[in-house]
Amino acid sequence: MARHWWVAPCAASFFAGEAFAEYPANIFAPAATPAHSIFDLSMLVLSVTLGIFLTVAGLLTYALIRFRQRPGDSNEEPPQIYGSDQIELSWTVIPILIVVMLFLTTARVILGTQAIPKPKNAMNVTVVGHQFWWEFRYPQYGIVTANELHVPVSTAAHPEPTYLTMTSADVVHSFWVPRLAGKTDVIPDRVNTMWFNPHKPGLYLGQCAQYCGAQHATMLIRVYAQTPAQFMAWVRQQQQPAQQSFPGDPLAAEGEQVFMHNACINCHTIAGTAATGRDGPDLTHLASRQTIASGSIPNTPANLRKWIEDPSAMRPGTLMPAMHLSQHDVDAVAAYLTELR
Amino acid sequence: MSTTRALDGIDETLAPQGRRERNLIYEWLSTVDHKKIGILYIVYSLIFLLIAGFEAMLMRIQLAVPDNHFVSPQTFNELFTMHGTTMVFFVGMPILFGFGNYLVPLMIGARDMAFPRLNAFSFWISAFAGLLLYFSYFGGSGLYAAGSAPSVGWFAYAPLTAKVFSPGHSTDYWTLAIFLSGIGSIGAAVNFVTTIVCMRCKGMRFGRMPLLVWLYLVTACLVFVAVSPLTAAQIMLTLDRYLGAHFFDTQAGGSAVLWMHFFWIFGHPEVYILVLPAFGFASEIIPVFSRKAIFGYPAMVGATVAIGFISLGVWAHHMFTVGLGPSANTFFVFATMVISVPTGIKIFNWLATIWGGKLIFKTPMLFSIAFLFQFLIGGLTGIMLSVAPFDWQLGNSYFVVAHFHYILVGAILSMIFAAFYYWYPKMTGRMLSETIGKWHFWLFIIGFHLTFDFMHIPGLLGMPRRIYTYEANRGWGTLNMIVSIGAAIQAISILIFAYNLVHSYFKGKAAGHDPWDAWTLEWSTPSPPPDYNFAVEPAVNSRRPLWDLKHPDDPDSDYE
Repeated sequence: MARHWWVAPCAASFFAGEAFAEYPANIFAPAATPAHSIFDLSMLVLSVTLGIFLTVAGLLTYALIRFRQRPGDSNEEPPQIYGSDQIELSWTVIPILIVVMLFLTTARVILGTQAIPKPKNAMNVTVVGHQFWWEFRYPQYGIVTANELHVPVSTAAHPEPTYLTMTSADVVHSFWVPRLAGKTDVIPDRVNTMWFNPHKPGLYLGQCAQYCGAQHATMLIRVYAQTPAQFMAWVRQQQQPAQQSFPGDPLAAEGEQVFMHNACINCHTIAGTAATGRDGPDLTHLASRQTIASGSIPNTPANLRKWIEDPSAMRPGTLMPAMHLSQHDVDAVAAYLTELR
Repeated sequence: MSTTRALDGIDETLAPQGRRERNLIYEWLSTVDHKKIGILYIVYSLIFLLIAGFEAMLMRIQLAVPDNHFVSPQTFNELFTMHGTTMVFFVGMPILFGFGNYLVPLMIGARDMAFPRLNAFSFWISAFAGLLLYFSYFGGSGLYAAGSAPSVGWFAYAPLTAKVFSPGHSTDYWTLAIFLSGIGSIGAAVNFVTTIVCMRCKGMRFGRMPLLVWLYLVTACLVFVAVSPLTAAQIMLTLDRYLGAHFFDTQAGGSAVLWMHFFWIFGHPEVYILVLPAFGFASEIIPVFSRKAIFGYPAMVGATVAIGFISLGVWAHHMFTVGLGPSANTFFVFATMVISVPTGIKIFNWLATIWGGKLIFKTPMLFSIAFLFQFLIGGLTGIMLSVAPFDWQLGNSYFVVAHFHYILVGAILSMIFAAFYYWYPKMTGRMLSETIGKWHFWLFIIGFHLTFDFMHIPGLLGMPRRIYTYEANRGWGTLNMIVSIGAAIQAISILIFAYNLVHSYFKGKAAGHDPWDAWTLEWSTPSPPPDYNFAVEPAVNSRRPLWDLKHPDDPDSDYE
């Protein structure tokens, strides 16, 4: 009956430890301060609730065994006891004390996470939720990208926390990368903020945590925490305008023409070209990303081609329409996008 | 000693059983008898339980393995919307109203509800609402060809429900169904409050009402306060969709968060609307099978009323991730934690009732014991979720799904099963089979724990709710397979239960008027009771009139 109760408090050793790779979104494997403070608080809460459970379930089990009707018992009713003020007072007052203790501890963590001023050296990202992908804008660096969020690691020697300013272009979403922080809803016509400071380089997985429509399930998030040097290299690379000449690849050059002369440009931006749409992900450096379709499909030339041909076949309900291009044009656009490193 | 007359004795008269000509269908369609309406509510809910359970099974097949293609994303989204909406509005509430309808007048010594025709109206409007919801499968997209069910989730967050994001009519069917069900619920609530306040028999002071009646009184008051905003919000949503209003239209300055407030000011008290009647069942069944009076009756009443009030001030704990700010979050943490105090009092009082008793493990008691353990666990995971920062991780994950199913299935449905085994003899005159009942119980318990114990863990490992599939590399596969296997075992147990209901109706042992040697007034009249309930209007002078009758040398009235 209490199986998970034994598992949960042992989380630190059982879930965490070396199991990161196996459980990439484990809330008990925190890798940033907000997730850490939640983890510490959760251990306290788990201990308190486990204590309550053992006490009450123990008493209950004892009573069920001790006071069961046995064969050969007399037919008389047991003594009728209608109540006891002292006992009832004790099981009112003790829970109140536990509640006060838990409340004060919780309030401290809430204030410590949500009510602290933003440090000057913070790295700012504007997050815009879309059906069904994430737009990430870096105002300090003039970068726009999608679905794969690159951030610097933040160490004690060189603190550089990431601050997210979030809103939605359509319906309510929720940004959740469990190893970095708790989730924060991303709501249209409203601005929410959250922050995290990954301590170690690595890839942290998460996904949309508020039902947002047909492809809510594949609205994944990938956070790449990089050393400051790697991060700045990535920034410089992303700041370049899109590649526009393809000397060794005539098909890509043709693909660019196809792209620019179709409705692709209404929804997608490719910096430095006529494509300035904002409804779909920025494709300026699409080939530098490891995934397409909000982290749900590996970014390989074959997948990209399939996607351009008919997005709904790969991801039913996605808002990108099939453009009904000829096979040759699909090949060309795929070749073009593959060059956008 | 009170001066009121003691109960005259058990009514042994029988309902007129003559072979008069009657049209069975007409009789049930036009009845205003609280017992018949109660049974209509119950049968109707059971049918929807099977439908919504079937939807749950389809979802569990889809989620049993990663990257599954058993159902399409759209179908999956419709399934969880229909499952949630059906279970809350067309199983949970009506089945509890059904038991309340049947039991409350009998327990307070009345001959019917205060407003019999309003009672019938409330039932039929709710029933129509359920049919309307399912008609969306045919008419949802506009009556041309294939329809589609709503796919906005059972809490239908704005602006996903706006015309631009949910075209077609499926969302309108959802809205209308909730609206009409709300009208029915409010009608039922009016009836319960009036009946309980005005129709108690002689000597049945507030302090002598069975706890079940108290719990239904508080539930009915909560229905007023909680269901009304939800019903109003459905009108606002329809105005948004058709008349260009902008309550929830964020593109025109409306507010998505406003809908959340409307929904959860209903949604959280709703949990208590469902669980309080279950507490009522427990407070009647546990004493009888422990052979002891309920421990601390005044504290139980006080705790019930306290839960009723506090439950109206906790709704934003569903919104800890919305960004209401640290002060609002802190307030709702406190309110939510405080509610665990009266709830704890209840658990301790049930425990104290068992303590020193002489426990008889018949099926109703088995389900009540399962209720105690499962409610304890569901309550404790609730405390975890009340800790806002912990909720930032757990909220909207499978941990939450496991938590509220622990309450809805582990506590409430268990107690509903207990109520069936306990009161079915009163309703039909026949006992449910104990043997089949034990099979039902053990399979249900095994299935329940396989499903909902293991379901917590994927949530801790980052699995959000309402996803139609997940990638193999997340490490959620094995756990979801176990969850699905448990669901299949639960489904089997429910079918066994359904078989028991039908089988025992024809073949069950005759119950007699008082098969459990119980103490409240419903057991003083034949099973099933005659139309008029009591041949002689009863009069009571304690909380357990039948105890007084059975132990004239040691009546309860001496101790109250």
